Amino acid sequence: MDKKLERILPRGQKPARYTGGEYGEIRKDLSGVELRMALCFPDVYEIGMSNTGMRILYRVINDMPGVWCERVFAPWFDMAEEMRKNALPLYALESGDPLSEFDAVGFSLGYEMAYTTVLEMLSLAGIPMHSRDRETLTPLVFAGGSVCCNPEPMAEYFDLMVVGEGEDVDREVLELLRSAKREGWTKKEFLSRAAKIGGIYVPSLYKPEYAPDGTLAGMTALDGAPETVTKRIMTDFENSCFPVDAMVPNTEIVHDRVGLELFRGCIRGCRFCQAGHIYRPVRNRSVEKLLQQGKEALSFSGYQEITLLSLSSSDYRGLNELCDGLMEYCEPRGIGLSLPSLRADNFSMDIMQRVQKVRKSGLTFAPEAGTQRLRDVINKNVTEEDLLRSCATAFRGGWNSVKLYFMLGLPTETDEDVLGIAELADRVVHCWRENAVNKARGLRVTVSTSCFVPKPHTPFQWEPQVSREEYLRRVTLLRENMKAKAVTYNWHDPETSFTEAVLSRGDRRIGALLEEIWRRGGYLESWSEGFALSRWTDSADKLGLDLTFYANRTRPLTELLPWDHINMGVKKRHFIREYEQAHRGCLSPDCRAACSACGANAFLPGGKCDG
Amino acid sequence: MDKLRLVYEQTGRARWISHLDAMRTLQRGLNRADVPIKYSEGFNPHALISILMPLSVGTESLYQMADIRVREEVDLAGLPERLTLAMPEGFRFRDVYENGAKPTEMKWLRVRGVWEYDERNPEEMTELCRELFSRPVQVMRKTKRGEGLFTVTEHIRDLRFVPGEKAVTVEALLSCNEPMVNPDLLTAAVAQNAPEASPDGGHFCRLATFKADDTAFR
Repeated sequence: MDKKLERILPRGQKPARYTGGEYGEIRKDLSGVELRMALCFPDVYEIGMSNTGMRILYRVINDMPGVWCERVFAPWFDMAEEMRKNALPLYALESGDPLSEFDAVGFSLGYEMAYTTVLEMLSLAGIPMHSRDRETLTPLVFAGGSVCCNPEPMAEYFDLMVVGEGEDVDREVLELLRSAKREGWTKKEFLSRAAKIGGIYVPSLYKPEYAPDGTLAGMTALDGAPETVTKRIMTDFENSCFPVDAMVPNTEIVHDRVGLELFRGCIRGCRFCQAGHIYRPVRNRSVEKLLQQGKEALSFSGYQEITLLSLSSSDYRGLNELCDGLMEYCEPRGIGLSLPSLRADNFSMDIMQRVQKVRKSGLTFAPEAGTQRLRDVINKNVTEEDLLRSCATAFRGGWNSVKLYFMLGLPTETDEDVLGIAELADRVVHCWRENAVNKARGLRVTVSTSCFVPKPHTPFQWEPQVSREEYLRRVTLLRENMKAKAVTYNWHDPETSFTEAVLSRGDRRIGALLEEIWRRGGYLESWSEGFALSRWTDSADKLGLDLTFYANRTRPLTELLPWDHINMGVKKRHFIREYEQAHRGCLSPDCRAACSACGANAFLPGGKCDG
Repeated sequence: MDKLRLVYEQTGRARWISHLDAMRTLQRGLNRADVPIKYSEGFNPHALISILMPLSVGTESLYQMADIRVREEVDLAGLPERLTLAMPEGFRFRDVYENGAKPTEMKWLRVRGVWEYDERNPEEMTELCRELFSRPVQVMRKTKRGEGLFTVTEHIRDLRFVPGEKAVTVEALLSCNEPMVNPDLLTAAVAQNAPEASPDGGHFCRLATFKADDTAFR
């Protein structure tokens, strides 16, 4: 270990985050390594190590002969400061070698608030931030992850971006880079060839033009790059990689358990939800496969908890069978099974009882909106009746704590909808009085609201976000009407939601804004310690950018959007249809009830999704 | 068979693992090695593992001890090797046995430390340290009861300083029970009483533990 690092470590919090050496860590002999990849996560260790995508890609890339993939996370503020003070460049955990020595530096980008962290990590590594300033072939700096569905805000920083699922594309990019290194290609040559790989977006090969009103007027593909970049997915999800031998951290992380990935995609078409649209089509794993993976992962890791991962686990067809099978293994070993993301409509007593046999976790529902009218607008197919029936079942089963998640500022929301949230909470309290088996323990209902952020590739991509003042007015209205003692109300601050709205639908001009924010100290901005709205407004003023142009403006359906040249599988026609349905207050059926011909099934052989 | 004592090393990168994280790491290692650990009864069952003398972050140990409770008979043959394979880098199991001595019988801890001096002469530093510790030395230390002056020399035996290359090796027997003397107090004592000899870096390693009568504690 580097002497400088040894001396810095005792000065920061939780040094085990910075040392590597975990059980299951992959180390390779450099003499057999041709290509070195740094898999970077622009957040702290505890967050990045909890990310399933990181675990999968770490395994997939390390399975390539001659390629060594190592991990890099963002240091917490204290450590970042010490590293700068002591001239210790950002390094990879496995070897301790600085990032600048790697051939490929790939970032996993899951949320927009991590953008400035990418800039700081590159700066800590001493790697030029802008793609145009990195003239040599290596280090190749690229990114993948869900936010790449609108690649424009980070376009000037990355040499290329992976659109869609990375398992295959990452390998193809690294193979191409290996050839490029062997044969001595220039970076330009490499990028022009990389742009021909499906799912690869090379930002420098696209030139945006803007109209006088500031909207996008055109996006020209250069040098033979495809007009539209179409995402890639794992079509054979059953057999795609799930690392049962994933590393086990030496220090506590956020999701410190085995996470079993049930399926990708979602049959629901909630109109606000980006994940529900960009991960389509639905691809399931069989119960048999999941049981095998779950047992192997538990046995390898020694974890005492396992959870199920998907966008809506209660929609998994074999859920009962899977839970039974897992419980059979877990119960005698004292291993807990926890179920996240339950839908209120098909939550059954049966599953609940299965799950609570070993350890009892909290009960969480996300009705998202307070009235049926608004739930229909957003296509959240949950009725109040469903929710109360599920709560009644839970209360009869001995549960006494419920969390309810809502959004404020959804399209067409009125004060009546806001007050509907308080009424719904009251009805949950009433339901508890009527059904609870043990009233002595009391009831806790936690209502949380966040500010709706319109996202690209959703039917609400044209919608404005309400202003911060308006959001806070609705929060106050709700707070004043939340009367029951058993109900606690938490609201998410609208400032980060506002900046998220700017970034998620930003265009290439946002890149300069990010650099300015970073220069003013923006780093780890998803943490309150790293975020200050003034940094954003001051930077925007300096650059003459109007942030409300991005966040609070209603975009006409005819406007060319900065992400229109990225095809995530769902056709724009479908989004327009759903947008119109929303404004008529009409529901659309889920994919199992009726196919809405969104277009995503074209990605699967035979065109059949949800198999 | 109910209680087992594990003796292990925690060195290298593993010295940065905190006490609570070491407990979790041990528990997972035991699970991987199929050791049937007993769990506490109650609402939130936890594994019955206790580390005899928690290691402070950054300190190495060649003689860490943990007691665990087991649900059933465990085959002890080859268990240390199996446990070592089931643990992350830096953990090596030396022994597993029943009927370990009572933790309260532990009295002395042998430690060895390295104090690094990048620019200063180790021989001169050795002299300064020897001189400092040739008389009673007090050090300001924080305990649960607050901050106070503590005469560290009253609870140290066999203190030795040996100059090396760009470093001084420190060896000592420290009281590890009533009172517990953390080896880092030696470094603090130098920093507070002879700042000119305060090292630029370095760390300690625990070597062995003894009872009050100087016989091995095991």
